[in-house]
Amino acid sequence: MTEHTVTAFDEDLKAVDRLIHEMSDLAAAMVGSATRALLDLDNPLAQRVVSQDTAMDAMQRDLDERAITLIARRQPVAADLRSVVGAIRMAADLERIGDLAKNIAKRVGAVGEAIPPRRFAHGIDAMTDLVLSQVKGVVRQYEERDAEGLSRLRADDEKIDIQYTAVFRELLTYMMEDPRNITACTHLLFCAKNLERIGDHVTNIAENAYYIVTGRQLSPDRPKQDETAILLAE
Amino acid sequence: MTQMLSPTSIAASRPVTEEAKLEVRGLNFFYDRTRALKDISLSLPAKSVTAFIGPSGCGKSTLLRVFNRIYELYPKQRAEGEVLLDGRNILDKGQDLNLLRAQVGMVFQKPTPFPMTIYENIAFGIRLYEKLPRSEVDGRVEEALKRAALWTEVKDKLNASGLSLSGGQQQRLCIARTVAVKPEVILLDEPASALDPLSTAKIEELIDELQTDYTIVIVTHNMQQAARVSARTAFMYLGELIEFGDTEEIFTSPHDKRTQDYITGRFG
Repeated sequence: MTEHTVTAFDEDLKAVDRLIHEMSDLAAAMVGSATRALLDLDNPLAQRVVSQDTAMDAMQRDLDERAITLIARRQPVAADLRSVVGAIRMAADLERIGDLAKNIAKRVGAVGEAIPPRRFAHGIDAMTDLVLSQVKGVVRQYEERDAEGLSRLRADDEKIDIQYTAVFRELLTYMMEDPRNITACTHLLFCAKNLERIGDHVTNIAENAYYIVTGRQLSPDRPKQDETAILLAE
Repeated sequence: MTQMLSPTSIAASRPVTEEAKLEVRGLNFFYDRTRALKDISLSLPAKSVTAFIGPSGCGKSTLLRVFNRIYELYPKQRAEGEVLLDGRNILDKGQDLNLLRAQVGMVFQKPTPFPMTIYENIAFGIRLYEKLPRSEVDGRVEEALKRAALWTEVKDKLNASGLSLSGGQQQRLCIARTVAVKPEVILLDEPASALDPLSTAKIEELIDELQTDYTIVIVTHNMQQAARVSARTAFMYLGELIEFGDTEEIFTSPHDKRTQDYITGRFG
């Protein structure tokens, strides 16, 4: 986009975008570390995720302050306004992703002496990979102003939902096979639920980013493939 | 990608039930040989505020000045095309200019009170168009001052000079003077650019109230003001109408890159 006549305006906007970029890098690192820490019962790694969440919260507050100051001082309109308001929303979703990663990491202490979760990791690993590629992809596509890519990425949340259903079935099977598996698998179920929720936040980010880039909202109907509620009812 | 709409098709896509007060068709304007407006077509809905924005020299004030043919005061200026006021072409040779200027009032950038009393500033205009007994003129003066939200501030000093008022009060006096002759359209050319923020807010509040009875057209360099007061915004550039649409849309998701660049401060 053409630069503003007032260069400080561009610098303010770039600073907000830079924070979004850093928050998304941190969110991806936290999600990857949190699942790994839980699967390997790696306490120091879990602690690192917990402390990273404090940094994430601080970044969100920094972004909010910068965005509000920018609105007060520059009165942005059109694409500028969309990007500032959108950044506030995206930052809130990234911060929530950080919270969910922290929740996963905090389970490491709770699993205790149960059977190490690594042996049930098959489905969770695949789900983590899917979620990570979504988390990393969404801000990259926003930065590339790739509206089509963002729309596809939102639709791809369906894959996470399908994987979540698969993990759910898989863990239920482990638990039915041997009651000693129940503790570890229950924690992994919550982990999977958190990963699925992270996917939903990525979807929100994609929708916001799409609006910033195009000025139009994506259509509200998005396929939903999480069947765990139906499974439970059965 | 939604289909891009040209300014005319955006205007044309509005509901047909919306009554057009002023309709501009294929308007060109010349300062001697310089073409200052290029084939402008747009439709201004009744009892609503339309803002014209654009960089200096884009033609927005020129367009405003066509609506009451005030340009005719100057030699070598001429308009071609049609400007329909309630379906009647005001550019017709037979148009009574005094009647037109009573129907289409105008307020300028700098407050222009006459060097006479507050009362006379308003009564003067009324008497130009109508022969009324003094008591009725009094009533009309009071009504106009009330409409311009000035009555409570001046009711005890109607015989003081109009020039003794503050800038913001003078501007509201000018609006009262315009309203007093019962126009249908009010043209505001940068009405608040010489005023402090409080006076500006009062003028904007007044514009909001006046639109229930009048069709208002405002030219402003203050984009936030256009965003605040108008329902429709027209962006003009180099004598052309680039984009015309709902103010909300112009200031959140303009279609044309030139509009986007101008309102976000990326021009030149």
